[in-house]
Amino acid sequence: MRITVDLNKCQDHGQCVFSAPSVFALDDQGKLSFRAETTGSKYTSADLDESLRDDVEEAADACPLQAIMVEG
Amino acid sequence: MTGGSGVDREQRCVVVGASMGGLRAAEAVRKAGFTGEITVIGDEPHMPYNRPPLSKDALLGSTGAADLAFRVPRAAQDVRWRLGERVIAADLAARTVTLDNGDTLDWAGLVVATGLSPRRVPIPGPLAGRHVIRTLDDIAALRRELTPGGRLVVIGAGFIGCEVAAVARGFGLEVDIVAPEPVPIERPLGAELGSALRQRHEAHGVRFHLGRLPVRFEGPDRVTSVVLDDGTELAADAVIEAVGCVPNTGWLQGNGLDLSDGVLCDNLLRVQGRPDVVACGDIARFPNLLFDEVPRRVEHWTMVTDTAKKAGNTLGRHLIGADPDPVPFAPIPSFWSDQYDLRLQSFGAVGLGAEDVRVLEGDLDDEVAVGYHRGGHLVGVVLIGMAARYQHYRALIADCAALAAAEA
Repeated sequence: MRITVDLNKCQDHGQCVFSAPSVFALDDQGKLSFRAETTGSKYTSADLDESLRDDVEEAADACPLQAIMVEG
Repeated sequence: MTGGSGVDREQRCVVVGASMGGLRAAEAVRKAGFTGEITVIGDEPHMPYNRPPLSKDALLGSTGAADLAFRVPRAAQDVRWRLGERVIAADLAARTVTLDNGDTLDWAGLVVATGLSPRRVPIPGPLAGRHVIRTLDDIAALRRELTPGGRLVVIGAGFIGCEVAAVARGFGLEVDIVAPEPVPIERPLGAELGSALRQRHEAHGVRFHLGRLPVRFEGPDRVTSVVLDDGTELAADAVIEAVGCVPNTGWLQGNGLDLSDGVLCDNLLRVQGRPDVVACGDIARFPNLLFDEVPRRVEHWTMVTDTAKKAGNTLGRHLIGADPDPVPFAPIPSFWSDQYDLRLQSFGAVGLGAEDVRVLEGDLDDEVAVGYHRGGHLVGVVLIGMAARYQHYRALIADCAALAAAEA
């Protein structure tokens, strides 16, 4: 299972951080931390443990801009 | 036709309302283990889509149904969608719903997810040129009537009215806002923060007519102006009525339910104790045990998903013969608003603390955190900007609300 985040859609609301705190974080500017490590507009995670599925699905549902996809 | 498609009633769950709440509830019923048919009925022709952008960047842009549609998750892939159809009646004793085309569907479980409809301004005058902002079709109709340089009158100075005004200024429209209250978004934000927002709007060229009521629309066959109670006449190429919403409960009448403000539910989202009928989203009036045991409706985007998952889980477990999840339902409400380059973010129940509003940090003219208190406890926070402080304040609200509830 992986997640992707469309960084053009994302507006750094941070709802994902509350749903899946072990996957998502905001940096000290309040920006999604994946921005700093991503070139281009789409972040793709490494393989995530299946135990995180409920959390990341909740994050995808809770994203106001619907920018998170759970794949696999 | 009775029964519909030959499915045994014990094998059917009907979800009335095909927006975000209906989708999430259907998914949750399935995830709870129900293996029968799930039918979702909605009166709009569209698959469920995300509404907040309608009053924000999607309002006058080129965003369409495809851009705003929710992904249908795996657990909801086999849901039957009946779109463009309206449920006109429910019989909770017989466990049926009746559609506008005369079809009747039996059910073993029912989800009430019909949401709200915009309230209209009840004054005389032509109807053409008057708009509300609730659906994709609403904004499509508005876009056809507005071009840059046009004149827009917004009736209502709440969140929707203010968001719409901000987008319209960005599009190059002249914008007048008319509202009876003395301060925009006075409820729930309070006079101080509302006044600060007013100044920001005025700096962008919005003209406010506060403490004023519209009394009639003028025009030969469509609205060309709005007349106010002090005689002021505001020229208008289009009018947006943003004066709140009313719950869509008409189809539930005749069942002895308390429909005085939405649908009264318990903490598990069961409608008046019935294990086979649940409600979710803007229409559900339920006690949030994060604060107290008073049932309230909450018109916040995040609460739709929270209530739908809870309601769907409660119903799904009932349908497979399991007890409901005993964990008390105590979601943290939150909402946001975009106006110009401002992000306004809220956590908690601002409305419960409107009598005791304090600036927690920052400056009302710049980035600011405003706290709303009940009984001396923080129950809600509104941030303007302050993005780096979201996590701090959301965590604080969870802690403080728990404290306050313990003392209530």
